Amino acid sequence: MESTAHSFPENARRALQDDTLQYMLAKSRSGFQLRRAAAAQRLPEFEALRDQGRDLKNHVLEHLDVYLEMFESKVVERGGHVHWCRTAEEAREAILGICQKAGAKTVTKGKSMIAEEIAVNDHLEAHGLIPIETDLGEYIIQLRKEPPSHIIAPAFHVSKEQVADAFRAAHTDLPPDRPLEEPRELITEARLMLRRRFQEADVGITGANFLVAETGSTIIVTNEGNGDLTQTLPKVHVVIASIDKVVPTLEDVSTLLRLLARSATGQEFSAYTTFSTGPRRPGDLDGPEEFHVVLLDNGRSALLGTEFQEVLRCIRCGACMNHCPVYGSVGGHAYGWVYPGPVGAVIDPALIGIKEAGHLPNASTFCGRCEAVCPMRIPLPKMMRHWREKEFEEKLQPATMRQGLGVWGWFARRPGFYHAAARMTARMLRRASGSDGKLGSLPLPMLSGWTEHRDLPAPEGRTFQELWAERRGKK
Amino acid sequence: MAEPRRGPRVGLFVTCLVDLFRPTVGFAAVKLLEDAGCTVEVPRDQTCCGQPAYNAGDRATAQDLARRTIAAFEGFDHVVVPSGSCAGMIRKHYPALLADDPAWAPRAQHVAARTHELVSFLVDVLGVTWVDARYDDTITYHDSCSGLRELGVKAQPRRLLASVRGVKFTELPDAEVCCGFGGTFCVKYPDISNRMVEDKAANVASTGAGTLLAGDVGCLLNIAGKLKRQGSPVKVRHVAEVLSGLADETPPIGDAAR
Ligand code: SF4
Repeated sequence: MESTAHSFPENARRALQDDTLQYMLAKSRSGFQLRRAAAAQRLPEFEALRDQGRDLKNHVLEHLDVYLEMFESKVVERGGHVHWCRTAEEAREAILGICQKAGAKTVTKGKSMIAEEIAVNDHLEAHGLIPIETDLGEYIIQLRKEPPSHIIAPAFHVSKEQVADAFRAAHTDLPPDRPLEEPRELITEARLMLRRRFQEADVGITGANFLVAETGSTIIVTNEGNGDLTQTLPKVHVVIASIDKVVPTLEDVSTLLRLLARSATGQEFSAYTTFSTGPRRPGDLDGPEEFHVVLLDNGRSALLGTEFQEVLRCIRCGACMNHCPVYGSVGGHAYGWVYPGPVGAVIDPALIGIKEAGHLPNASTFCGRCEAVCPMRIPLPKMMRHWREKEFEEKLQPATMRQGLGVWGWFARRPGFYHAAARMTARMLRRASGSDGKLGSLPLPMLSGWTEHRDLPAPEGRTFQELWAERRGKK
Repeated sequence: MAEPRRGPRVGLFVTCLVDLFRPTVGFAAVKLLEDAGCTVEVPRDQTCCGQPAYNAGDRATAQDLARRTIAAFEGFDHVVVPSGSCAGMIRKHYPALLADDPAWAPRAQHVAARTHELVSFLVDVLGVTWVDARYDDTITYHDSCSGLRELGVKAQPRRLLASVRGVKFTELPDAEVCCGFGGTFCVKYPDISNRMVEDKAANVASTGAGTLLAGDVGCLLNIAGKLKRQGSPVKVRHVAEVLSGLADETPPIGDAAR
């Protein structure tokens, strides 16, 4: 996916002016939050479970090589293949190779953020294959030719009218005057169209929520069951997953599954939890003839041992974005790359560079809500601050900001000068405000963003230090 | 006769915004602390806790200011701050900021452990359960992010406000959602910040309260700035002004003198 993260401010401005988007954001925001809070409350051991989840993934990250190799040997034992890919290109090529070898034309796809990360659909299309998204949300945005705006609800920015428009434009063999107002009608139509595709598909690609080292299984959770049809009907099943998805045992998976659904949608459990372990065995009623796992690194192993290692604990539940007031204001597309919201603000700079994605970790008030709800207790604000430190070290911030900070720092280190400057500023602003108690504009261009939208309350006129010294003097 | 026992010696960390914009909050803090039996001092060597530098990625400047603040305050029994954000900086972030400095790490921990946000200090440490003040209005309350999530300030201000005569309290919808101030965030991303403070202002209006309180001057300047731009009659004040009974001494934030 082509990044537009560098133009985050412009993207954000556009998003703020998009009425449909604003309506959709306001509508879904509180629902996600209320459901998660209720689910967490219903489970007395939820907080303890979060600690367990954190410790478990910390352990895995300390021994990632061991668990990945264990996973690989189990997959191979079960007759599957593992493809290790360092980069997005390698992963794209690996998948294309598998499809071409299978003589595939139509490829069905379950929802996968890694597939977005490596832009596999574009690559398959460029080589004459037809990738079809089978998750309803993904299907909608595929028709609309846009990327997902949320990691678990890819089309949550799209209104039902917009879905109907997209369906009418794409499904031209259906009667043009059919009714498409009700969600039911939209779902029925999507089912009908997708059912045909499921039957035609030669290869099915799914993501993975977890890779289980002890069994070589891959696991997906969905609410639509599309993943099952994607992976059991075609001859070949390809799982695409990043290396941080591995966990030691099935027992561990159950810990994480209990956290995942509650944090994501407030469900106790997702409707479908599907395990795939190798290709169909003799006597199995269904399943693919070939089973491939494409394991993607794409910069993740470079985070091990750094201050960003902890973000690899992420289980992609989306809670951080559901509770983020910045995400809630501008939606996912404004972030400009695959992962939006607080987790994106940490992981995107790692994957596409801080120069490209520098705005993302800056566009946070550090309100801390993301960390407060993250089931894996990832200190997201702290890591955003680390990115800002990297930017500072590499002198990537705007010159005005660096200079302003430099001047302020000079004074802040010298209490005498600082107090004098504060006294002057307090008086100046007070005088400028007249008798109004507030200022509608400021001479400093740096602060025009403030007064564009709000007044600046005037200082009382004298500083506390000054008044305190007087009061002490009198005593 | 023996000397009467003196209460704890408290160093007041004024914060740069209170110093510059709202000295009344500083005096309110002093009054509340003295009424609770503390001896209050205000070290002259303080400036800013260093948060602007810290959040801008300028670790060296932040460390430098942390050391200065620690040196100015390490002799007190307690350090009290009329801001959850600056108290959180000292309490939660100084130890991490200086963890790799063997000479300063223990000093940072020492000061961090003694640093408190004003209202939670009164309630949780001194055991204050009521204040002697009167304020005749319906009040709503915004929970500033750092105080709430870093320091657990939530029940304490409500508890003390309940003892103020004349106060009717009404909860603010989405009280725990950020107001969009975020230090330099509000000037770096003004449009997003505006969306957030617009939502906050709308929630304030929906309560019908006559006064909005919070414990951080940063948030208060932001919310008051928005409300005043909209022509709202809602009065905006720091919670300490009401608790100390000093609200009559100065007009609300962003309002003209009567
Ligand atoms: S960072 Fe935490 S809250 Fe955000 S998606 Fe990952 S696990 Fe969920």
